Amino acid sequence: MKKIKPWLYLAPAILFLGFFMVYPLIDVFIYSFEEGYNSASQTFRGIGLYNYMYVLRDPYFIQALKNTFILVIITVPLSTGIALLIALGLNSIPKLKDLFQTIFFLPYVTNTLAVGLVFMILFKKTAYSEGLVNMLITGLGGSAIDFMDGPYWAKMFVLCFYTVWIVLPFKILILTSALASVDENLYKAAKIDGTSRFRIFTRITIPMISPMIFYLIITGFIGAFKAYSDAVALFGTDLNAAGMNTIVGYIYDMLYGNGGGYPSYASSAALILFAVVLTITCINLTISNSGKD
Amino acid sequence: MSTNNDYLSIEKKARRNYLIRNIITYTLLGIWALVVLFPFYWMLLTSVKSYGSYNAEYVPKFFTLSPTLQNYVDAFTQVPLARYFGNTLIFALITTAAMLVVIVLAAFAFARLDFKGRNPLFSLFLSLMMIPNELVIITNFVTITNLGLRNTFTGLILPSITSVFYIYLLKENFEQIPEELYKAAKVDGTSDFKYLMKVMIPICQPTIVTIAILKIIECWNSYVWPRLITDNEKYFLVSNGIQAIRENGFGRENIPAMMAAVVVISVPLIILFLIFHKKIMAGVSRGGTKG
Repeated sequence: MKKIKPWLYLAPAILFLGFFMVYPLIDVFIYSFEEGYNSASQTFRGIGLYNYMYVLRDPYFIQALKNTFILVIITVPLSTGIALLIALGLNSIPKLKDLFQTIFFLPYVTNTLAVGLVFMILFKKTAYSEGLVNMLITGLGGSAIDFMDGPYWAKMFVLCFYTVWIVLPFKILILTSALASVDENLYKAAKIDGTSRFRIFTRITIPMISPMIFYLIITGFIGAFKAYSDAVALFGTDLNAAGMNTIVGYIYDMLYGNGGGYPSYASSAALILFAVVLTITCINLTISNSGKD
Repeated sequence: MSTNNDYLSIEKKARRNYLIRNIITYTLLGIWALVVLFPFYWMLLTSVKSYGSYNAEYVPKFFTLSPTLQNYVDAFTQVPLARYFGNTLIFALITTAAMLVVIVLAAFAFARLDFKGRNPLFSLFLSLMMIPNELVIITNFVTITNLGLRNTFTGLILPSITSVFYIYLLKENFEQIPEELYKAAKVDGTSDFKYLMKVMIPICQPTIVTIAILKIIECWNSYVWPRLITDNEKYFLVSNGIQAIRENGFGRENIPAMMAAVVVISVPLIILFLIFHKKIMAGVSRGGTKG
């Protein structure tokens, strides 16, 4: 009795994790190699790399890959940089820090799908109204742009902007607490020595919080590679038609939806995504480790 | 005399620099606060503009003199918003409650009970944290479909009942309770389960509440799994609901009514956040990530 009791406490967790995490993890590899899998009859033709070939040649996948990479390359450095500036600002002001911090965190708790519609309306240009953002652009002397159905870069701009808006709260929070935990005495010592503010920043602040910056860059890359619901919020469920699909969007489209019913293609695409994310994470870790020496 | 003057002027200059720096910082922070808050203001504003007046505005107005609640009436009568709302509430509460049971039991076993293979098993659990959801969701979708659980609450809830991260968080918290307390209870003949219920859970209540709030937020915002597993409007959650409303909601493009629905969906979380913002931010900074 005494021996099995711990396992009784653990049984629910083990059962759920086994059934919904470990088994699927093995299964996804099997799916990805089963050629011509038919989900209705649950039969397949043979084993091989055909699914990977199919996915890598699919123009929709190439488009999704391109979109995701552009999104990652733009939003990860931009959001980390802005978050660092805001966190530095928050830590230097004498009053209202809590209020600003609470406001800045607000996007974290909102429904991505719902608030995305507000962004869509702000940027959208319709027959009867140019929308608020275009009003500002024309007010400043520019010409109106159709952000939601117009040129590729305009749509990408909206997607990047919304992504940054969504991911900033987390980064600001982490960096603000990292900055607050830097030992005050280091700054005092530097001040006594008459060190310039810029030097204090590059020689004390940055080295002290660099582990957190690297943590944010790594999780930022992982999160940005999985972008999907932000794009749906802005451009609707048919992302291929909008030319704004992401890798994760491609996986779900293959699984279910208009072009769906192909778990094998979805599995191959998911494993390709996993390989990409793993490679990038390893590169990031190598860079952050070499920086320590 | 002149050195004294120099000193004063240096101090004056330093104070002026400090002031200027503060003004710039406050201005920039204020601008970003505006960027964050503006979408919320805009959805609230649009939701009280009447359909006619909204569509008549070629140049959008920043205020309205004749607010109306008609859009909210439309949102609740013309589309099944109340049902989406209720579904999400049921989904969030049941999932969170079930998850709490599972993780409390597991965390207790890892924190206090001695058994063979405890540490390897815990390492195995931790390694599961690295598995991205996108990899396992494919098989889960097929499994739930084969079990005939599509368009049911069971199918929606089952895969999100466990969270390795929260087991880890709670285990760390449980371990902070002095072991002497456990031994004393053992001497008194208290059973493990009673000790867990009467001592550990009350002591760790703050952490458990934080976990519950974070999980409710996660459930409220979940989109991908509900989208895969439900295609019957009767089981839509708010995220899918708002997407359905957008695509074929009011029979015509009724943006003010759509914004009313967006407000209704956003308000519960904003209230939760305003009440618990300290807890939520502390919980997230301890290692939560989005979604």
